[in-house]
Amino acid sequence: MSLIKEQDYGTPAKPGEATVAVEIDGKSVLVPEGTSVMRAAAEAGIEIPKLCATDNLDPFGSCRLCLVDIDGRKGSPASCTTPVAPGMKVRTQTPELAELRRGVMELYISDHPLDCLTCPTNGDCELQDMAGVVGLRDVRYGYAGENHLDLETDSSNPYFDFDSSKCIACSRCVRACGEVQGTFALTIEGRGFDSRVAAGAGGSFMESDCVSCGACVQACPTATLQERSVVELGMPNRSVLTTCAYCGVGCSFKAELRGDEVVRMVPYKDGGANEGHSCVKGRFAFGYASHPDRQLKPMMRERITDEWHEVEWEEAIGYVGRRMMEIQTRHGMGAIGGISSSRCTNEEVYVVQKMVRAAFGNNNVDTCARVCHSPTGYGLKQTYGTSAGTQDFKSVDKADVILVIGANPTDAHPVFGSRIKRRLRQGAKLIVADPRRIDLVRSPHIEAQHHLRVMPGSNVALINAMAHVVVTEGLVDREFVAERCEDFDQWEAFISGSEHSPEAVEEITGVPAAEVRAATRLYAGARNATIMYGLGVTEHSQGSTMVMGMANLAMATGNIGREGVGVNPLRGQNNVQGSCDMGSFPHELPGYRHVSDDAVRTAFETLWGRTLQSEPGLRIPNMFDAAIDGTFRALFVHGEDIVQSDPNTKHVTSALEAMDLVVVQDLFLNETSKYAHVFLPGTSFLEKDGTFTNAERRINRVRPVMAPKTGKHEWQIVCEIAQAMGYPMKYDDSAQIMDEIAITTPTFSGVSFAKLDEVGSVQWPCNDAAPEGTPIMHIEGFVRGKGKFVETLYVPTKERSTRKFPLILTTGRILSQYNVGAQTRRTGNSAWHPEDLLEMHPHDAEVRGIGDGDTVSLASRIGETSLRVKIDDRMPVGVVYTTFHHPVTGANVVTTEHSDWATNCPEYKVTAVQVALKQPVTAQSAQTRAVPAMAE
Amino acid sequence: MAQTHEPPHIRLANEIAVQFRHRDPDIAAKEIAVHIQAFWDPRMRTKLVIDAADPASGLDPVAVAAAALLTPPR
Repeated sequence: MSLIKEQDYGTPAKPGEATVAVEIDGKSVLVPEGTSVMRAAAEAGIEIPKLCATDNLDPFGSCRLCLVDIDGRKGSPASCTTPVAPGMKVRTQTPELAELRRGVMELYISDHPLDCLTCPTNGDCELQDMAGVVGLRDVRYGYAGENHLDLETDSSNPYFDFDSSKCIACSRCVRACGEVQGTFALTIEGRGFDSRVAAGAGGSFMESDCVSCGACVQACPTATLQERSVVELGMPNRSVLTTCAYCGVGCSFKAELRGDEVVRMVPYKDGGANEGHSCVKGRFAFGYASHPDRQLKPMMRERITDEWHEVEWEEAIGYVGRRMMEIQTRHGMGAIGGISSSRCTNEEVYVVQKMVRAAFGNNNVDTCARVCHSPTGYGLKQTYGTSAGTQDFKSVDKADVILVIGANPTDAHPVFGSRIKRRLRQGAKLIVADPRRIDLVRSPHIEAQHHLRVMPGSNVALINAMAHVVVTEGLVDREFVAERCEDFDQWEAFISGSEHSPEAVEEITGVPAAEVRAATRLYAGARNATIMYGLGVTEHSQGSTMVMGMANLAMATGNIGREGVGVNPLRGQNNVQGSCDMGSFPHELPGYRHVSDDAVRTAFETLWGRTLQSEPGLRIPNMFDAAIDGTFRALFVHGEDIVQSDPNTKHVTSALEAMDLVVVQDLFLNETSKYAHVFLPGTSFLEKDGTFTNAERRINRVRPVMAPKTGKHEWQIVCEIAQAMGYPMKYDDSAQIMDEIAITTPTFSGVSFAKLDEVGSVQWPCNDAAPEGTPIMHIEGFVRGKGKFVETLYVPTKERSTRKFPLILTTGRILSQYNVGAQTRRTGNSAWHPEDLLEMHPHDAEVRGIGDGDTVSLASRIGETSLRVKIDDRMPVGVVYTTFHHPVTGANVVTTEHSDWATNCPEYKVTAVQVALKQPVTAQSAQTRAVPAMAE
Repeated sequence: MAQTHEPPHIRLANEIAVQFRHRDPDIAAKEIAVHIQAFWDPRMRTKLVIDAADPASGLDPVAVAAAALLTPPR
C-alpha cells in the first residue's frame, strides 16, 4: 500500500442539503448554503491553490493564493472566505489570477530557505507544491534582503522541531491549536514583518501550555513544525490504517512507514472517533513497541526466586498446559483461571475466555475492566438493559448542556476532550462534578457554569439531590417517563424524601445546596443534556449505585434516545468495552449473557464441543482471596500488570506468592512478572491483527504494520495452550475468530473484517436489524423494553478520614502517561511526567510544613510510600491526588480492599491517608529536579 | 498496618446488605440472594451459607436471610 493522502477541501463542510447551484470553470456543482467557493470547487474536482486554508480549520483568508474571479463582483476575492451564492459563476484560472498568485509566491519564497533538496519535507511540502502549481520560476526581489533565515530552531519538544526560519506565518498552527485542540497555546506575536509564531508568552514549546497533540505539526504546510522522526528517518513511503492502543477514544491513525519501520503516526481524517485529531500518546508515543526492554522470547523458572531462562515456544506452552492440568488434578477444576486484557484485541480476548471456559473447564475468567468500569456494565444493564454507553462521540455536538462527572477528559480522553471544548466554545453549557478543579472547569474560552466540588465518596448523595430537585421542582419529563419507563412512581416517592434534598446532603457532599439546585435546573431545562462520566464515578464503594443514579436522572428528564443526550462512560483503556463485550466477566458469556442461561450455554457448547459450567467463576479480587485461602493455585495473566494496577499491593503479591503457577503474557517484564513462573512475550498493537471496540461501541480494525516480533500472534499462543491441555482450538487467522464472534454474539452478527474494511468502522449492535451499526441506542425503546428506575440509597463508604489518617487520597491519570506506564514510560512522554507527584492544597501543605517539591511519606492503614509534592489549589482542602504511572511510587501500596458492592470494582477514589514531610527539597535538588509542569 | 480480618465473603455480603437497608427485609433478602446467586462463585456461596448458621459470624441479619435463600451450586 502506498501513502494514504486524504483530500483537503480547503474549508470545513457545511451541514444541510446541497441546494445552492454554482458554476466553477464551467462545471456545475450543488453544495449546501454557506459552503466556500474553495470547497465547492474542490467538490467539483477543481483545486484552487492555497496555503493558509485546510478543511479542519475555519477559513482565514491570509495567504492570498486562492484568489478567484466571480462574475459581477469587483476584484479577486479569496475563495476560502467567500461563500457560494445561487447562480454564482466563478473562474479559478485566468492569466491575471496566475500573475497575482506568482507575485504572492515570490514574496513567500524571497524569505524562505532554498534548501528543498535537504529539507525533511522535500516532496511533502505545500509551499513547494504551490510554487510548482503557480509556475514560479524566478524571484525578482532576490534573497539578500531582510529575512528570517537566521531564526533559531526550538527543539524543546521531544517529538517535533519548530524551525521558525521556514515559517510563512499562515497561522494554520495557531488556529489548529485553538480550533481543533482547544488549548490556545500558540499565537502570532509581532506585527508586519516581525510577525512570528510564538508558544505561550514567547518561551519554548515545552515551557508553554502546549499539550503536544500534534495538531500544529499536522497543519503546518511547510517544514516549520516537523516530526523529528521524519527528520531522522526520512519521509515514509507507505501507510497502514490502524487504531490507537491507548485510551477508550480509539482514534484511527495512518501508521506511516519506510519498509517495516514506523516513521510517524498521523491521525486519519475519516476515523469515526477522532476525525483527524490526536493526542500526545497516540500521535507520538509509539516508540515502546520497538524499545530494547521488550522481551521477545518465552522464559521460565521453577521458583519466583530463580533467574529467568529463555526457552522455545514449544517448551513454554507445553509446560503451561501440563502444569495447569496437574494443578487441576490435585486441587480441582476451579483451582486455575485467567485474566484477559483490555489492551488486547477482541479476537485475543475472545480466545482467552474461550480457553478458560472450554479448556480450563470453569468460569474463572475476569478482565481488568473489573477495576475500572465493571459498575458501568452492572448499572446500565440494570436500568437500560445493555452494558454500554448510549451515544456516539459526535452526539455531543448537539448537546446544549454537558454534565461531566468524575472524569477528566482533557487528560484521560484528550481527543474527545477537545471535542467537548469545541462544543462549549459554540455555546453549550458545562457542569463539572469533581473534587478537583479539572482543566475543563476553566481554560481558555471555557468556563463551567457550575463546578460541583463533590467530596470523594459522596457521588450518590449528589446525584440523588439532583434527582430530588427534578422531581420536587416539576422538572420531570412526564410524557417520556410514562411512555418509556417503569417503576417511576416507587422511585419518585423514594427520591422525593427530604433526606435527599440538596440542603440535607450539603454537609455530606460539600456542595452548596443552591449550587446543586441551579445546576440541576440547567441540566433538566436544556433541550439536550448529556452526561459524560469516568472512573470518578465507578471506582467507589457505590460505583454501580451512582451509575444507576445517573441513568435515573437522564430518564427522568427525557434525556435518552436521540442526539445530544445520553449517559456515556468514558472508557479507560482502548478495548475495555470490547473485552467486556467478549465475555470476559466470570458470570457472562460473550454478548453479556449469563452463564446460567441454558439456551445460550447450549449454543456455545454445541460450537465449542465442551460442556460449560453454569455457575459464575471468581472475580479478580476473589481469585486473590481464594489464592490466599489455598483453593486457587494458578493464573494466566494476559497483558495486565495487576501488582501495580490493583489495590492493596501487598494483598495482591501475597496471593501471587501463594500460587503454584503464574503465567504472564506481556510486552515487558513488569511488577507482576516478578511473581511469575512463565513469561510469554506479547505483541504490540503494531503487530496485532484484529479489532478494538471503543467507548462509543465503535468496532475499529487494528491492522498489523509488521509481523509479530515474537514469531507468534497472541491468539495463536492462547490456542496452543488450550491444545496443550487437550482442547482442540485452532484458527487460520484472526478474521476467522471474528466470524465465530459474529455467529455466537447477536450484537456482532453483522460484523466481519470484510465489512470493516468496506465501511471503516461500525458501532454495535450491528446485525440484520441495524446492518450499518447503531450510533445511538434506545431510540424507540430501551434494550430491556422499559427503562427501569432504581432506588439509589446513599450509603457512606466505610473508608473514613480519622485523626490518624485525616486526608482523603484519590488517584487518577495524567495526559502524558497511561495507566501503569509500561508503554508511555518507555517513550519521550516522560519528559512531561517523570514521576508520580502528590497534588495537595496549599493549606494542607502549610499546616504540615511541606513545600512544593518536598518528598513526603503517604501512609494509609494498608501501607506507605513516598513521593514528591506538587502544591496546587485545584485540590480541595482535605483531599490529595496522585497518579499510578510509576512502579517506584507504587500508589496502590496504600489503596484498600474496599470495593463497589455490586461488582467489586476497587474504591481507588477514597483512601484515608496521612502525609508527612520526609525530605525537604534542597536548593541543589530543586535546580536539578525541578517539579515539571503538569501537562493538563 | 493492620487490615480488616473479616473474611472476604462476610465483608462482601455485609456490603451488599447495607445497600438494601431501605427495603422491606424480606424483599431485600430475596434481592440480595438473587444478586449473590448471579455473581458469586459457588465456593464463596458455600462459605456464606456455612457462616450464616453461626450467630457469631458478624453477618448482617438480612445477609443471613439471603443466604438461606441461595440454591446449592449446580
